[in-house]
Amino acid sequence: MLDGRSQIRRRLGLRLWLSGGWLLLLVLAAVFAPLLSPHSPLEQDLFLGRLPPFWAHGAEPGYLLGTDSLGRDVLARILYGARVALIVALAAGSITGLIGSTMGLLAGYLRGWVDVVISRLIDIWMAFPPVLFSILLIAVLGPGLVSIVIAIVVIDWTRFARVVRAEAMAQGAMDYPASAQIAGRTRLSTMFVEILPNVLPTIVVLLTLEMGIAVIVEAILSFVNLSISTDDPTWGGMISEGRASIHQAWWVMVFPLIALFLTVLSFSQFGEGLKDRFDPVLR
Amino acid sequence: MKILRSILFRLASTAVTLVGVAVIVFFVIRVVPGDPISMMLPPGATEEDIARLTALYGLDKSIPEQFLIWAGGVLHGDFGTSITARRPVIELVLGRLPATLELSIMALVIAVIIGGAAALTGTRERDTKIEGGIDVANGMALSIPDFLWALILILLFGVAWPVFHISGRITPSLDLPFVTNFYLFESVFRLRFDLWADIVSHMFMPALALAIPLAAIIGQLLKQSLKETMHLDYVTLARTKGYGENHVIIREALPNAILPTLTLVGVQFTFLIGGTVIIERLFSYEGLGNMAIDAVINRDLPLIQGIVILFAVLFTAVNLVVDLTYALLNPRLRHA
Repeated sequence: MLDGRSQIRRRLGLRLWLSGGWLLLLVLAAVFAPLLSPHSPLEQDLFLGRLPPFWAHGAEPGYLLGTDSLGRDVLARILYGARVALIVALAAGSITGLIGSTMGLLAGYLRGWVDVVISRLIDIWMAFPPVLFSILLIAVLGPGLVSIVIAIVVIDWTRFARVVRAEAMAQGAMDYPASAQIAGRTRLSTMFVEILPNVLPTIVVLLTLEMGIAVIVEAILSFVNLSISTDDPTWGGMISEGRASIHQAWWVMVFPLIALFLTVLSFSQFGEGLKDRFDPVLR
Repeated sequence: MKILRSILFRLASTAVTLVGVAVIVFFVIRVVPGDPISMMLPPGATEEDIARLTALYGLDKSIPEQFLIWAGGVLHGDFGTSITARRPVIELVLGRLPATLELSIMALVIAVIIGGAAALTGTRERDTKIEGGIDVANGMALSIPDFLWALILILLFGVAWPVFHISGRITPSLDLPFVTNFYLFESVFRLRFDLWADIVSHMFMPALALAIPLAAIIGQLLKQSLKETMHLDYVTLARTKGYGENHVIIREALPNAILPTLTLVGVQFTFLIGGTVIIERLFSYEGLGNMAIDAVINRDLPLIQGIVILFAVLFTAVNLVVDLTYALLNPRLRHA
């Protein structure tokens, strides 16, 4: 039994290391994109259009992953696209987490009419198709990074609110918050000082998962051409362009797709890994 | 009596949800910048023309006034007129609904088959390498959303090894005898299996992309419930009676283990329907979602409203059906 457990722990550790490693690599790539990119991500050269990646016949040295139909360097665009992806992940993830968790805490711990109102809002939100809702919001707010972050926050706060509400309700039913109040704490301070720390591991896990979702939403929006301006490099935008010329230049779609795939997979595996770390049974 | 009262309560709260959705979408799209009327007129249109058309679509009134007029129409089954297509919204939306329903149902069927097979195999081969493999596959399938699966499938089976169509609902050059828009079902009833094969080869990849995450959820939860049931006394009894492992799993354990999965599938099915929006776009499939994105891009306000409301009705209807089925299947609730 003990052996099995340590084996599970080793496997979990590997998962955290691999996904965390990729995410760290991504952060470095995004921060040092100007130093790492051999070309500007916006520089067009129609004579160098649709160059294949370095190992294929007809490749041009200096364009490791080839170029797109306008002759822009695919590698440079992926590196700069990582900036957009990470900014959206961090900003949208943390704001969504903050607002959603607060709503969930309030509903789950205070109960009463606060819970009724927030739960009803969650019900209404769940009846919207999320992708359509986000496209609609971007149409309202206009394209741009800030709009994307706002759209994700507006749509996804329920993800945190639902889970945190349930957890806060379970914690609130225990003895310790009641004793804290007898000891003289107000309800609000009990909520933040006593309940919140116990719900925090769940929030951290949700946060990691939400960052992966934010990256995907940004990719979907730039795929539908509603993200930031079409010139700026985003993975979704590159995939969308690559989809149009997939039979002539597969690499324009495949490389950003690999980057997106690994990033989304890493965020979710990192979150799952953390969840198991926090799980007292396995610990 | 108690069950009737809770059904009535559910219906009432569903109505509140739908009204909430209608109000939010109505006001949100009214603050969209970009004037739909000037977009539909040719560049040389006079101020008078613009004013006349604005009045024709009722866009000259205040937003609350517009809402009341629109809500009054909806109660009579009139969802307004699409600005771009200049046809009744209800006609456009119901024309596209069958395509989206067929896609969603096909995805659900695929998910149940794959997920069910994974759960049953995993239970039968529990604590072996096979179960470990199924767990890893489930984990992967769950981590990657339908949008990415769709792109991967397009690359694999549309480009690298082109066995399926990656665009449209049916080959456009085919002669269609259909009277309804339920192409998939009608082709079966008409015994036109040539058309059926063409439709399936268009639908299979979008449906599979939608199905993969749901299949993983079904596989995981059902396997977990099955494994818990396998330890119960009555299952051991069936085994001592001499029944084989397959019989024990399918006949004895499955009926008791399936309830939690069933509820979850209902909730997840609404996520799947929501996912059709982007998947239809990716595969240029002529369903509601694809029309919705065009409507947003063209600022076709009445059409956007109609589609969002229809989606909300679908979602709440699925949830309602799930709750009722759960009440009927669960003996504890049935006799309460």
